[in-house]
Amino acid sequence: MGKLWQIFTAFFKIGAFTFGGGYAMIPLIQKEMVERRHWVEDEDILEIVAIAESTPGPIAVNASTFVGYRVAGFWGAFFGTFGMILPSFAIIIAISFALRAFQELQAVQYAFMGIRAGVLALMLRALFMMYRQTKKSILAYLVMAAAFILTAFLDINVLCVIIGCAVLGVVVSCNAKLREKLCGEPETVQDGREKK
Amino acid sequence: MTFFELFWTFLKIGAFTFGGGYAMLPLITAEVEVHGWMSEQALVNFIAVSESTPGPFAINIATYVGTEVGGIAGAVCATLGVTLPSFVIILIIAKCYQRFQNSRLVKGCMSGLKPAVVGLIGASVVSVGATVFVPDGISVSIFWGPAFYISAGIFVLAVILAFRKVHPILIICISAVLGVAAGYAFRV
Repeated sequence: MGKLWQIFTAFFKIGAFTFGGGYAMIPLIQKEMVERRHWVEDEDILEIVAIAESTPGPIAVNASTFVGYRVAGFWGAFFGTFGMILPSFAIIIAISFALRAFQELQAVQYAFMGIRAGVLALMLRALFMMYRQTKKSILAYLVMAAAFILTAFLDINVLCVIIGCAVLGVVVSCNAKLREKLCGEPETVQDGREKK
Repeated sequence: MTFFELFWTFLKIGAFTFGGGYAMLPLITAEVEVHGWMSEQALVNFIAVSESTPGPFAINIATYVGTEVGGIAGAVCATLGVTLPSFVIILIIAKCYQRFQNSRLVKGCMSGLKPAVVGLIGASVVSVGATVFVPDGISVSIFWGPAFYISAGIFVLAVILAFRKVHPILIICISAVLGVAAGYAFRV
């Protein structure tokens, strides 16, 4: 029981103090889980990031479930995830009642008029960062353009777009000819990082 | 019925979003619109709230939509829904992650999904951009009102700050202050 409580409080702290979602939380997890409690190793953290990236859902939930499971099995995963979610959950419920009480105020409406423009800028920056991180190939450009146009302008169901892109990825990677054409060089050469 | 719909909708969202936060937005917008749960403007407002409160975006937005639609019970249903797929999938993978990481199928999927995330975030930018600049649809009259120019001015400033790596919360605060000041000055 002691260990489960520790897992719960550790992730509660992480959930309560990270702003900006998933990736911002990785250093905190590393500090709390590796350096302070020695529950997992540094390599495990890399693994967590890799796995969180290739599974659906919020990175925070992926990470807390994975670490919790590593430390104490199913209940570890359960209490880790529960602890991670609880702060957000409580804070947002409080805020949504506050928002409802104040949203009619003229000043609040003006503030949100400004804030919406600010948020758009933040999203543009996130878009730019994600674009830079993506490995460039003909396939990547094709998929980017297709996902963008289908979702933004043609009103295609987003689920279909996501599934379609995944299937296309599988088809291309299973077909050597297609892979060479659309992904550039064969895989072994491609591993080197892009030069700046 | 509403509670089940909240749960089911966010279960889908949790099961099909890769790459976190903003990539999730087109799916959330579409679902919220289909169900008529809230306006897109309210959703965009909430993105800012989520940026300035701790915790993962997905949990924040699920809790918020859930609360707005069905009170605290609604929030529980939506949050449970968005969490469950990851939780189950990770439990399964935690046992055999080596095989999972090296699987050709997974690699293939990711080679399609990673760039798709970029496209989806691009689509979010377009739809949020429409909400910011032409909230009532495109017409000539928007160019008459000061609201359009105020938004444009704040947007340009915020872009400059964002690309200079100013902290997001600071950018949101600055935008809010400018919005209030300009709003009262021009009586939008």
